[in-house]
Amino acid sequence: MTREKTDFWVGLFVLLGAVALVFLALRAGNLSSFSLAPTYQVQAYFDNIGGLKVRSPVRSSGVVVGRVSSIGFDNTRFQAVATLDIESKYEFPVDTSASILTSGLLGDQYIGLTPGGDDKNLDDGQEIIYTQSAVVLEELISKFLYSSASQGGSGSDE
Amino acid sequence: MNIFARSIASLGSQVRTAIMGLGAFTRLLFALLGRSGTALSRFGLVSQQIHFIGNHSLLIISVSGLFVGFVLGLQGYYTLSRYGSEQALGLLVALSLTRELGPVVTALLFAGRAGTSLTAEIGLMKAGEQIAAMEVMAVDPLRRVLVPRFWGGVIAMPILATVFSMVGVIGGWVVGVVMIGVDPGIFWSQMQDGVDVFNDVLNGVIKSVVFGIAVTMIALYCGWTSRPTPEGVARATTRTVVISSLVVLGLDFVLTALMFGN
Repeated sequence: MTREKTDFWVGLFVLLGAVALVFLALRAGNLSSFSLAPTYQVQAYFDNIGGLKVRSPVRSSGVVVGRVSSIGFDNTRFQAVATLDIESKYEFPVDTSASILTSGLLGDQYIGLTPGGDDKNLDDGQEIIYTQSAVVLEELISKFLYSSASQGGSGSDE
Repeated sequence: MNIFARSIASLGSQVRTAIMGLGAFTRLLFALLGRSGTALSRFGLVSQQIHFIGNHSLLIISVSGLFVGFVLGLQGYYTLSRYGSEQALGLLVALSLTRELGPVVTALLFAGRAGTSLTAEIGLMKAGEQIAAMEVMAVDPLRRVLVPRFWGGVIAMPILATVFSMVGVIGGWVVGVVMIGVDPGIFWSQMQDGVDVFNDVLNGVIKSVVFGIAVTMIALYCGWTSRPTPEGVARATTRTVVISSLVVLGLDFVLTALMFGN
């Protein structure tokens, strides 16, 4: 086989590899969800972030408007602080509230934004004041057990 | 007493041979890396080897990938539907292929298809005294024979593994969506939701690069150190398959623990 012919087939082979990688990244993987749109950052403080992770989605009315860019612990307020990257084309009033929600019963956690009614919009570096922590299933169960036990106790007293 | 001393001596010689083999293997690896400049200046030689190692392995790799994907689709569907979560079929197929099966099965097939032929070729060159003739003509056989084959294998292996994963995902799609009737939208969206480009796809590619280096090096080393007799070449070829399969499986465990163990 001549040199050019070999080179042609090798080139085709390498090209096939590149196509396979792009297929895996875009069709099977989540590369298409990486967006390079300009973003602005806002902070939100939570008492408990539950299972929230970096790169978890930020949604409003179910639509992804941004991602969690970092999660830390504020040692002066003793609260978890999540930094949210929100795409610049979506603007939210300053009295927007952020809550940590779960998709489905056991799905991944995300931050849901509920817009408020203020005239001014959130700016880069500002803080979302109204937040609601993640619902921890164990706390819920223990609360339920506690309240049902106290009800049962008062019932037997009567 | 004499038997006792002799058995200890034989144990000692076995350990010494093993360590010396490991040392010779590492020296050969560094010698090849040090001479790799020729691979760039005479890329035609490498390209020839990629054609021989890669293009000719493409058929066996894609057919096995397709059938592995079929089987994953069927088995995954039966098990998942028992728990009412057959929507996760796409995720199961894609994750198992990109993380494990793609690199590992490709490396095992690669050892059998390409590794053996590398070993046999070099062993026969040795047996036919072609290597000695090159040395007489002041042509460095490492540079002319081993370096192009090394880079050919290292470049071809990740490409083959990626093709394997892609064909496997398509195979899983054929069985899951076309034949069984899982919803295509949920099949792909669950997959995209769960497969991370860097954590899963890229780590799979890194695995396949490591396997490519390991399998090609073992094949070259076994050929290079084979006895120049028909029996020696036959033994070296067998050794290539056995050692590289074991090394691939062992390395896979180590790499998985490093990559996905957090």
